[in-house]
Amino acid sequence: MQKEAHKKDRAGRTPVLSVKDVSYWYGAKQALDDVSFDVYAGKVTALLGPNGAGKTTLFSLITRLFDAPTGRIEIDGRSAADWGFKALGPLGVVFQQPTLDLDLTVKQNLRYFASLRGLARKEADLRMDRALTALDMKERIGEMVRSLNGGHRRRVEIARALLHGPKLLLLDEPTIGLDDPTRAAIVRHIHDLARSDNIGVLWATHLFDEIQPDDDLVVLSQGRIVARGEAKEVVKETGGKDLGDAFRLLIGSNAEEGVAV
Amino acid sequence: MSFMHYARAFRGIVWRELLRFLQQRERFFAALVRPLIWLIIFAAGFRAALGISIIPPYETYITYDVYITPGLLAMIQLFNGMQSSLSMVYDREMGSMRVLLTTPLPRWFLLVARLFAGVLVSLFQVYTFLLVAYFCGVELPAWGYLVALPALILTGMMFGALGMLLSSTIKQLENFAGIMNFVIFPMFFASSALYPLWKMREGSLTLYYICLYNPFTWAVELIRFAFYLKISWEALAVVAGCTVVFLALSVWAYDPSRGIQQRKAVAPAAAG
Repeated sequence: MQKEAHKKDRAGRTPVLSVKDVSYWYGAKQALDDVSFDVYAGKVTALLGPNGAGKTTLFSLITRLFDAPTGRIEIDGRSAADWGFKALGPLGVVFQQPTLDLDLTVKQNLRYFASLRGLARKEADLRMDRALTALDMKERIGEMVRSLNGGHRRRVEIARALLHGPKLLLLDEPTIGLDDPTRAAIVRHIHDLARSDNIGVLWATHLFDEIQPDDDLVVLSQGRIVARGEAKEVVKETGGKDLGDAFRLLIGSNAEEGVAV
Repeated sequence: MSFMHYARAFRGIVWRELLRFLQQRERFFAALVRPLIWLIIFAAGFRAALGISIIPPYETYITYDVYITPGLLAMIQLFNGMQSSLSMVYDREMGSMRVLLTTPLPRWFLLVARLFAGVLVSLFQVYTFLLVAYFCGVELPAWGYLVALPALILTGMMFGALGMLLSSTIKQLENFAGIMNFVIFPMFFASSALYPLWKMREGSLTLYYICLYNPFTWAVELIRFAFYLKISWEALAVVAGCTVVFLALSVWAYDPSRGIQQRKAVAPAAAG
């Protein structure tokens, strides 16, 4: 199943993210065990796994918050370890933990980020307008982040991650704590965006309904990949009646913890 | 990464720190009130009781409030350095530090920019204090206000780098108050901020050596000499050396492949 899906997706394209044989330990505890997968432009790759599966660790390694001691991570065809801090250039990231400055306005937060990415003020303001309009947040641009609800803060974080036109968007459980309509709107927007702007998206989640049948899927359990391929193919291969069922078949008792439909 | 990228990022980091500072008015007033209490209440009492002999850089007798002013300026900068490190720990806990650390620029540059932003904030506090002190009768040589600026920038960098180093070792925000008290008060009291070192030597030789090896003493002396249009090379060497060491250790501690951040990475694993 893994090989077949991988071949089909490759189709001559260079992945925007390539994780090869990455392992990671916290002291004696192994958090990631020989993890390998690719993320392609224009596609959403869902990283599905229960709490503690290693998703956030993997994100920390890709974003170089700490370095992978083994294996190789390539971003846009270049080794992140060799490329150093420059490897972060093509990345847009929405962390699981909120990262906006609560005491600044939406505009001030976005301008700060734009300056970190080297955007000129005028260009930043134009992009800011576009990104916030797309996420229906333009009216809130002058408000303090502290006064926004969780859903709106998430939208601002997504707008921020897109400001510099990233080739790869990393989303670490971006819909946690949001109501269903807001979650659905964000899922829809990200899928549309991947297609329209040809962005590769790596979406860590433990919610099955955020994954569409055509999405690439990487199932992670206890730090190991247990399935990889297009979501509908994974369901077919496991013989499950839907993704939730396939997931339970794949990871057995671990599925009971921290995964929801 | 072009020069403009670096320049814009630098401006952005400084601008954010200034915005945050302007929004925290209480922080500004606290930074002023603390040294003013020392100047107006403490120094007024000691002015009558303590005579300051003619020691370099002074060429005439000076009053006690003039003597302690450089120490109070260093105190403002030390508090500000600790405040900046508190803000870094807060940013780390709130997650906004991740935005900075995932910027495609060298880690050392991001930390130096952050450090410089803190120094600018401290200079604003220092010169506001000097203005108030002037109206309270503390007159320093007119050119000293300008000549002392590079010295104040360097001492601000040293205290900021020390704060940054501490922030990399502190795991939780709750631990910060203890560390601050453990650092600020011993550094301030065991220095030449309140009394000349020769007075210390008369009282206790051990205390004298503690003061002598305290970087805060040298920061105070660097500022003191600069206000009188003089350079204490000894003080300059100690302050510059300490700044480099503290900064190098901070950059090491925040490096993703080494340092303390790597070990702290245990926390996010629990999340997923």
